[in-house]
Amino acid sequence: MQIIETPETFDVIVVGSGAGGGMASKILAESGLNVAVVEAGPTFDPKNEEHRTQLKWPWESPRRGANSMRAFGDFDSAYGGWEIDGEPYTRKDGTEFDWFRSRMLGGRTNHWGRISLRFGPKDFKRRDIDGLGDNWPISYQDVAPYYDKVDKLIGVFGTKENFDNEPNGYFLPPPKPRLHELYYIKGATKAGIPVIPSRLSILTKRINQERGTCFYCRQCSRACMQYADFSAGTCLVFPTQRAGHSLKVFTNAMVREVLTNDEGKATGVSYISKDDRKEYSIRAKVVVLAASACSSARILLNSKSSRFSNGLANGSGMVGKYLHDSTGASRGAIVPELFNRKTYNEDGVGGMHVYTPWWLDNKKLDFPRGYHLEIWGGMGMPSYGFGFNASDLNSQFGGTVGGYGSKLREDVKKYYGAMIGISGRGESVAQESNYCEIDPEKVDQYGIPVLRFHYKWTDYERDQAKHMHQTFEQIFEAMGAKVLGDTPGKDKDYGLAAPGRIIHEVGTTRMGDDPSKSVVNKYLQAHEVDNLFVVDGGPFVSQADKNPTWTIMALSWRTSEYIIDQLKKQNI
Amino acid sequence: MRRRDSLKSLLVGSVAGGLVLKGCSPGEQPQQEQEQTAAVQHYGRTPEEKLRDEKLMSEQFFTEEELATVAILCDIILPAEADLGSATDAGVPDFIEFIAKDMPNHQLPLRGGIMWLNNQTNERFNLDFNKCAEQQQIELIDEIAYPDQAPENLKHGVVFFSLMRNLTLTGYYTSEMGIKDLGYKGNQPNVWDGVPQEVLDEHGLSYDPEWIARCVDQDKRNDTAEWDADGNLIT
Repeated sequence: MQIIETPETFDVIVVGSGAGGGMASKILAESGLNVAVVEAGPTFDPKNEEHRTQLKWPWESPRRGANSMRAFGDFDSAYGGWEIDGEPYTRKDGTEFDWFRSRMLGGRTNHWGRISLRFGPKDFKRRDIDGLGDNWPISYQDVAPYYDKVDKLIGVFGTKENFDNEPNGYFLPPPKPRLHELYYIKGATKAGIPVIPSRLSILTKRINQERGTCFYCRQCSRACMQYADFSAGTCLVFPTQRAGHSLKVFTNAMVREVLTNDEGKATGVSYISKDDRKEYSIRAKVVVLAASACSSARILLNSKSSRFSNGLANGSGMVGKYLHDSTGASRGAIVPELFNRKTYNEDGVGGMHVYTPWWLDNKKLDFPRGYHLEIWGGMGMPSYGFGFNASDLNSQFGGTVGGYGSKLREDVKKYYGAMIGISGRGESVAQESNYCEIDPEKVDQYGIPVLRFHYKWTDYERDQAKHMHQTFEQIFEAMGAKVLGDTPGKDKDYGLAAPGRIIHEVGTTRMGDDPSKSVVNKYLQAHEVDNLFVVDGGPFVSQADKNPTWTIMALSWRTSEYIIDQLKKQNI
Repeated sequence: MRRRDSLKSLLVGSVAGGLVLKGCSPGEQPQQEQEQTAAVQHYGRTPEEKLRDEKLMSEQFFTEEELATVAILCDIILPAEADLGSATDAGVPDFIEFIAKDMPNHQLPLRGGIMWLNNQTNERFNLDFNKCAEQQQIELIDEIAYPDQAPENLKHGVVFFSLMRNLTLTGYYTSEMGIKDLGYKGNQPNVWDGVPQEVLDEHGLSYDPEWIARCVDQDKRNDTAEWDADGNLIT
């Protein structure tokens, strides 16, 4: 789609086309509004032969799928990564934060894990439980109807478990566990840890005639040409356009600021076109930011005027504050019973078929928030790195380390598919002292001042990671697996991943009833600018140990209905 | 029959050009044919990525002599066997040439390592490695191929040979030949319906009937999902 400077005024501009932006653009356009979506990257459609990586073989990439170009390898459908040429960011006071961006239609929804968990009733009221952080100004009951709608519109497999704080939903049936998952079930059950079918937004069953069903290639990270997994482009933007609604996408358009008038209302956005490096402006009655938590904060902070000298919607000074990511730790183990496996096609869906939701009571533990367990393993398709140090395991399981010749082929086949891994993904406690702000000196290649991060984990997260590793070892031992590597100690933060690595960053434009302590109200409407909304992860008050996408979409839907209603009533 | 239909529907209109599947009768593995012309070989590159690939392809890192050493080492590491080709048959030296350009951190260890080999064989046999008799080459390789047994003064060679072994194995097992050798059977449309019974038996495992009862009935996967008011699937 060619970008043209247009005198056309839109009803709504949506900045960003990922989970939040895709949903808002669909709901708003379907209501009859004239919507512009402004996306910083190019268009992307996994059905397009020039974009498709699904079902490609490793040898079709000269680097065999290595990650020298894309953070998760050549076939992963994220144009971007933690580092993007010409779009730097900085870190303050020697702290760590890695910022993952995906510049393309659909954003990060094209490659994500499709783990689609609802936040539970407790997740909205954590302060009531442990006295830390803040409660959300809304409760599970406010969001539940929208979770239901998202389930039915997008499709998610899972099972009704009546599990504490893991609400039921409208589920498609889950796929049967694979062999390594049966070993996990065996080990976890023996260790007294529950296991249930996972909940992923992948169509194990048809939900409409527009999207196909899963054909089990295990490649959801490549985005599906059948549209059988959720991506914002394939499931929200394209169908809305095909239905003839007024939804115009501006691609390669890097938003610099939200424009405002003398009355302090948003009037549109200005963006730099990556195609001709010129600046354009688009006008609208309402501006909806969905550029991702940190990008939306950056746009607000860069939207300075005499009226908003601190950045737009930032009278509270809270824009950028309370940045928080999920915690993460992982461990692998070898299951000797899986040596020299009989090979068969066990690709399954692109992700785990089973998982463990948080099952303990934090009141009895030395850390305040929970985590869930994700399981990986199996006979996957080789890519760059496969076969590295193939015989090293012989030092533990018998045989010579190193060597050459036929022996190596035997080593490789012996260990192929014998590894199982567990990853813990947990909730951190949001801190005001973890934030992003505008770097006072640096700009990106479009001349836009960049973000500077300041982020430190606390002992809440470190102690949680320590507990994760104890759990991993407990389960591995119970299944008869040999744990790989040493237990990471205090010197390594107990194996806790650096902030930003789990790519669930939220909190930078948090919601609240008190305008002095929050950026948006419970409808995600800026306290200070009534025709400005934020529908990405920025408004999250706390992250829960759940992946944020399902909640982003439910809240975006809810806010879109609010916008439609407010426009009708001429309140904005 | 539904399974067959669904596999067919997978193909119709979904993959314009490129991929064609045939013979999808139940129980039969679908066969895949790549209709590719030299001019159109996409693997989903962005224009910037395409440019970088082309730039790397147009450059040459190894000298002819170095490339000959790489090929010799590749085939020592993975020689041809009865019904299997060697690493060079699988095109591994070309892959190593490319990856050295793609990951410049490999360049010095590879170039220096090859020179280290030559230094050793010149000292021992007064010949460059490539010119040595196979037996002389193997004599040196045997001393650096086993990290636990190698003498201290040959550690540099151990590190180099380990790198060559890693790149050779990864290059081979990501080639068409290597994937066939490995027995990987996926990367194609399929209907996952659980671990084969004989594999379950072999591992002394079984599915929990209650768990399985809630899993997808693959015969109904193309029936559009509908739920009752309590969220129970009714189709």
